[in-house]
Amino acid sequence: MEQIICHNASLGYEGSTVVEELEFTVREGDYLCILGENGSGKSTLIKTLLGLHGTMSGSIEWGKDFSSRDIGYLPQQTPVQRDFPASVREIVLSGCLSKMGMRPFYGKAEKKLAAEMLERFGITKLAGSCYRDLSGGQQQRVLLARALCATSKMLLLDEPVTGLDPRAQIELYELIADLNKSGITIIMVSHDINAVKYATNILHIGSRRQLFFGSKDDYLVSHAGRSFLESGEAERETENKHEQKGENA
Amino acid sequence: MTELWNTLVYYFSFPFVQYAMIVGLLIALCSSLLGVTLVLKRFSFIGDGLSHVAFGAMAVAIVAGLTNKMIIIIPVTVLSAILLLRTGQNAKIKGDAAVAMISVGALAVGYMLINAFSKSANVAGDVCSTLFGSQSILTLTKSEVWVCIAMAAVVLAVFVIFYNRIFAVTFDESFAKATGVKADAFNLLIAVVTALIIVLAMNLVGSLLISALIIFPALSAMSLFRSFKQVIICSAVISVICAAAGIVLSVLFSTPVGSTIVCADIAVFIVFRVISMIKER
Repeated sequence: MEQIICHNASLGYEGSTVVEELEFTVREGDYLCILGENGSGKSTLIKTLLGLHGTMSGSIEWGKDFSSRDIGYLPQQTPVQRDFPASVREIVLSGCLSKMGMRPFYGKAEKKLAAEMLERFGITKLAGSCYRDLSGGQQQRVLLARALCATSKMLLLDEPVTGLDPRAQIELYELIADLNKSGITIIMVSHDINAVKYATNILHIGSRRQLFFGSKDDYLVSHAGRSFLESGEAERETENKHEQKGENA
Repeated sequence: MTELWNTLVYYFSFPFVQYAMIVGLLIALCSSLLGVTLVLKRFSFIGDGLSHVAFGAMAVAIVAGLTNKMIIIIPVTVLSAILLLRTGQNAKIKGDAAVAMISVGALAVGYMLINAFSKSANVAGDVCSTLFGSQSILTLTKSEVWVCIAMAAVVLAVFVIFYNRIFAVTFDESFAKATGVKADAFNLLIAVVTALIIVLAMNLVGSLLISALIIFPALSAMSLFRSFKQVIICSAVISVICAAAGIVLSVLFSTPVGSTIVCADIAVFIVFRVISMIKER
């Protein structure tokens, strides 16, 4: 079942177009990876999907029983959060706000949901701990739990592995893959080459326009896919060379 | 000791000292609640900027010879709060520069106006008391006390009712927006309430020292406590105790009220920092 149908959409804000002619569909249970360089309009696409911007032309249609409110969002970390005095429980509970309407305080249902999410991500023991004392991987688990308090249909993740050490990155990718297997649609924005491995579909945005949309297997043999993967490998090789040089010196 | 106690009892038999205590505690409570949010949102300087704007507005009110100065001060300060928030978003002039510009601008124009047009014989005294709040807290009328109580009640009610949403917007604005919390509206609310508190606090500590009332209790609480609720409660308790201690000490030793309160806040801040450093070892 389609959840998001994006047809010939141009996106931008304050009158200037950032990216044009986007054409893609997200179906229930998909794992879509959105790739692109910095400044290619990924953040604008995120904001549009979340319903914070309109499209400039073209359309984004929502499936039946689905709207931008059904997207659980995992934003990039901000500097404010790194020294924020908040307990894990407080943060996870704040995901329930979307279900509260005008009610000012959390009720039993919200507390129960938050407790379930803490359990699901194995962070019940950390509920009373302070967010700033957690490791990067634990922090991402907290934010995932919060996002799933808001919705259980779709997760939109913005560069989730940035700043994590390689092992925590793999753990997070596995965790997200598990969530996808349990039926949650995943949209992940990334410029990390490893993200491709777990996805079912790829949307690759170049400067101002769409370079590729389709299944992962098609992407791997496409021109856009091959050049992206090669550039990634080349990058890794130069990194390795630098490291070797560093060791020699 | 008994002598000091007797002096204290004697002073507190005067209604104006009682008024000062009531208003002082309420202002301290409100400013500390909001202070945590302002510090965490990196808005501390907006408080400082607004207090200078309030000084400028006060100068205009003095020159115009108004008896009820609040008519000018409240709208001007609230308006500047909204403007400062807007510039922060559009960023033609970056946030901190805009705040600095407006705040020193208001100070300069305010001082100029008072100097050029004031009919008062004691210009320096007027300026000093608006900047450092030397006497105004002890010259409150009954109606001013009621205004203060009403405004404090509004601030408290807003804070309690929107507590969870204020937390969400402070911790993660993008997520809050995505889940349908009207983050921009809450930023506006925070700015307006800040402006109101600053206008109230001008009576207590004067416009130059208001930031201290907003920032110190929040920073002290943040150095020891690790959940938002604990930090808010601790900050409120610190602020109220420091204000009470400051007022009592200033009555006993005839020191200026505002700076005595701020010194008490600084002392608590240092103690808390030391404790947190020892704990972390």
